[in-house]
Order: sequence, then C-alpha cells, then structure tokens
Amino acid sequence: MPASEALARARADAADLAAQPARMEVRELNAHFGVVHAVKDVSMPIPEKRVTAVIGPSGCGKSTFLRTLNRMHETVPTARISGTVLLDGQDIYAPAVDPVSVRRHVGMVFQRPTAFPTKSVRGNVAAGLGVLRSVGERVDVDERVEEALRRAALWDEVKDRLDVSALELSGGQQQRLCIARALAMNPGVLLLDEPTASLDPLSTEKVEDLVRQLREDITVVMVTHNMEQAARVSDQTGFFLHGELVELSPTSQLFTRPGDTRTEAYITGRFG
Amino acid sequence: MRSVASRTSFRRRFVNGLMLGLTYVAAGVATLPLLFVLVYLLAKGVSAVNWSYFTSLPRPPGMGGGGAANAIVGTLVIVAGASVMGVPIGIGAGIYLAERKGAPLAVFVRFLADVLNGLPSIVMGIFAWELVVVPMGHFSALAGALALGAMMIPTVTRTTEEMVRVVPSTLREAALALGYTRWRTSLRIVLPTALAGIVTGVLVALARVAGETAPLLFTAFGNDFWSLSLNQPMNALPLQIFNYAISPYDDWHAQAFAGALVLIALVLIISLLARAATGRGFARASE
Ligand SMILES: Nc1ncnc2c1ncn2[C@@H]1O[C@H](COP(=O)(O)OP(=O)(O)OP(=O)(O)O)[C@@H](O)[C@H]1O
Ligand SMILES: [Mg+2]
Repeated sequence: MPASEALARARADAADLAAQPARMEVRELNAHFGVVHAVKDVSMPIPEKRVTAVIGPSGCGKSTFLRTLNRMHETVPTARISGTVLLDGQDIYAPAVDPVSVRRHVGMVFQRPTAFPTKSVRGNVAAGLGVLRSVGERVDVDERVEEALRRAALWDEVKDRLDVSALELSGGQQQRLCIARALAMNPGVLLLDEPTASLDPLSTEKVEDLVRQLREDITVVMVTHNMEQAARVSDQTGFFLHGELVELSPTSQLFTRPGDTRTEAYITGRFG
Repeated sequence: MRSVASRTSFRRRFVNGLMLGLTYVAAGVATLPLLFVLVYLLAKGVSAVNWSYFTSLPRPPGMGGGGAANAIVGTLVIVAGASVMGVPIGIGAGIYLAERKGAPLAVFVRFLADVLNGLPSIVMGIFAWELVVVPMGHFSALAGALALGAMMIPTVTRTTEEMVRVVPSTLREAALALGYTRWRTSLRIVLPTALAGIVTGVLVALARVAGETAPLLFTAFGNDFWSLSLNQPMNALPLQIFNYAISPYDDWHAQAFAGALVLIALVLIISLLARAATGRGFARASE
C-alpha cells in the first residue's frame, strides 16, 4: 500500500473512531497488587461497536487493565484500584454500584477455556441466565441458548449434542462455548483476554471471524499477544509497557506509523 | 578402572535387589493381619450367618436361633443420623476453610479439626453422654448418632477442603465474571465440581464410624428389642458384638463372630463405593 493511501486510511479510521460514542471511558486508572503497581495512570476511550486491541510484552498489565473494566480485579485479595471507569457515562466504581451487576453487563472470556465440567453444553451456556432470573429478568432459556450458540458460530457443531458434558467438546469448541456463555447474558461490552492463545490456527480463525461479527452489535476489548491478530480484527490498538499506556491509535496507524519509538521497537520485534 | 566400575555396579545391584525384596516382605506382612482376621472370622462366624441372623431379634442364650436384625437396622439408623448431623457441618466448614485459607479463624478451625480427628473415640462418647444422656435421663440412639456425627466432622471437613481447593481457580473466576455472587459460585460451581471427592470423603468417614463401639457404649447402649425411636436405646452391630463376645455362652460367641463378619462386609461395601466415586472423579478430571 503506497504511503499516501495508508495515511488516508489511518485518517479515515481516526475520524470513524472519534465519531463513535464512547461505550466505556477509562480515566486516570491505577491498579495495584499489594506493592506491585500493575496499571499506571491509564486513560482510554473505548468506542461503541468497535474492537479495541490491547498489546504489549508479558507482564505489562494487559490482563490487569482488562480486569478493571468489569471489576474482576478486586476479586484478588491484595488488589487495589483508583481512578474512574465509565460505562455508558456511569462510574462502575461508584459506591452505589454492585460489582455483580457490572459483570452482567460487561462479559469476559479468559485465555484458557473455562467450561464448567459438571455442566452440559446447554447448561454451560445457560449458566448465567439463572443470575438474570434472580434479578427479575424474564428469559426463555432454550431461545437464549440457541441464539448465543449461533452468535458464537457453534450452533451447527453442537445442536445435536446439547446435553453431553461440555468437556466432550474440543478445546476450540470449548472456547467458543465460553464466548457463547458470555453472550447469553446479552452484554454490551465483551472483554477477551488472549482468547486464542491456547487454540489451533483453524479455531483461531473462527474466533477472529466471530469477533468481527460481534462488532456489528457490541463493543469488544481484546488482549492479544499476536500482533497480526490485532491488525486483523481491531479498530484501535493500545500498546502497554510496564503498566503504562504508551500509545493508543487507530490500528491501521499504530502498525504502519507508530507515534512512539517504544511502540515501533515493540512491533518491529526489537524487544518483548 | 573397569574392575572397580563393575564391582560398584554389582554392589549397587545387590543392594537394590535386597531393598526391593525387603519392601515386598513388608508389603506382604502389612496385609497379613487383615488376611488372618478375615480367615478367622470366616472360620468362626460363617456358620452363624444365616437367614435368621438377618431377620430375627436376639434370643436368650441356649434357646438357639435368634439374630441381630435390630442391630443391623440400628447401625444403619445411627449412622444415617450421624451423617445428617456431621455431613452438612463438615462440608460447610470445609468450604469455609478452602475459601478463606489464611484467615485466623480458618487456621484455628483447621487446627481444631485435626485435634478432633485425633481424639479417642471414647472421649466422644463421654461428650455425648454429658450432653444428651444426662439431661434426658436415659440412653438414646440420638446420643449415639451425635457422638458418631461429631467424629465424622473432621474427616468430612478436611476432605471437602482439599477437594474444593483443587477446583481450578479459573472456574471460580469464570463464574464470578458471569455475575455470580461468591456464595452462588461456591454452591453452584465449586461444590458440584468437587462432589466426587467429597462423596468419597463422606463414605470414608461413614466406614470409619460404622464400626465404632466405645462411643456407643454409653450413648445408644444397646437394646434386645425392636426400636426405631431415636429417643430410645438402640442396638448396633458393634454393641451386639461387644455384648455377645464378653458373654459366657458359646452360641452368643458364634453370633458375635457373625456380627463381625456382617460389619466388615458393610464397611467393605462402603469402601468400594468410595473407590467407585473417586474413580469417576479422576476419570472426569483427566478428560
Ligand atoms: N494475582 C496477582 N498477584 C500479584 N501480582 C500480580 C497478580 N497478577 C498479576 N500480577 C502482577 O501484575 C503485573 C501485570 O500482570 P498482568 O497479568 O496484567 O500482565 P499481562 O500483560 O497480562 O501479562 P501476560 O501477557 O503474560 O498475560 C505483573 O507484574 C504481575 O506479576
Ligand atoms: Mg495476561
């Protein structure tokens, strides 16, 4: 791609991101584990119905950052946090906000598949629905299960095996099952922490397709170690180093004309 | 050089063989007591294990016949009562210990559970006697069940703790991330995942208390008649064995052996069930 074209594309992407309302907005966020300062003064808008990728070397605080977005960080006993995280304009760390309700709106999928071993395929997808019902929401379980499995591109593979143990699925299927489980809650935002790290290339491709699909109706934040993956699926990319957000740019720009020498060093493979 | 090498290697092989041989002998000797007990019991007791042993009440010595139906049923009732008391408390305490590993109260409770585990069973009997028999003014199955239930608590607690702890923390996180509260996560996700192991622990505890005699001597006491009331003295296999074995009558001696056989069979069945439960758990975990 000629330089001028790349420039034009980056400009267009930047304009598109700026035009998008912020579904979430992080302001001066700090996260600690005891004395470890894992996330330092991070501010970042997370535009609606776009994919935000988070990259950076191991231990730079990507997972910790992600876990502050649905208040999972505080489940670690030594964890501390300060700063603001807005979800639809409301601070999720405000005293009146229940972390459990935040997690219902901001779904999360982990690096390794975490299918519940005692539950069936159906039981896994429906696992969170009881929570919704306990707060008075009316849900048709079968309908939700099918819809979530379809959105996770898993329906055709498991529709005849809904009652077998989730552990009978392959690793890649289990990971998509976990995505379906999160989607069944109808979250507005989905957090993915290296969702393809333990998957084979074919399953990885399926998950990437899926992320592109999800972008149609929800907001996605995805941590990844794989820069090609970030380039393939994301709209904006944040580069973390030692807990700091070094750069946040449209993906098309960050990988072609990084704004910071440290980003450049990282994406050209000089460290990390 | 070469001869030195071959000499040390000969020595090593010799010592190796000798030690291996000794471990075989030790393994053999370890199984001998059980074998002796089984052979002895079979020889002495098998003649008295008959239909009437399972269906009839005890009869006075010399009349012949008679059985220990009430003791068999009594053992089942008392052990069931003990489980009703001991299992929920043990499982609850075990979950608490696993979820709050380092809390001062957890450390204290864990220590108490270990002490309780090592407590002589007769002390547990005295405890139940003080607590139930003295205030009620008479022996009762309830007191026996309480003594045995208390004995089950530490085993169930510690196995539950172990089993809950080996549930991967990633599952717990996944549940929390779905909007589960802490207790809902424990009850709906962690507990079912640990269930096979916990069932094993419960069965091991059951097998252990089913044969306890001392705590029953001054609680359930024994009874020559039918009684299903928890409020009344109740017969149990270990009591029947004890009472018949110290009697001077030959036909009662034979019935004591029969009782021992039935008790061993019962414990064996429970142990096999425990193994089956564990096996299923392992198969599932390794999938
Ligand atoms: N539970 C914890 N207790 C204490 N320190 C922690 C804990 N989890 C992470 N840390 C520390 O916080 C820092 C950031 O960790 P984090 O897991 O966020 O990194 P990461 O960028 O996700 O790394 P990776 O790419 O390896 O997943 C690291 O220094 C790590 O050692
Ligand atoms: Mg990580």
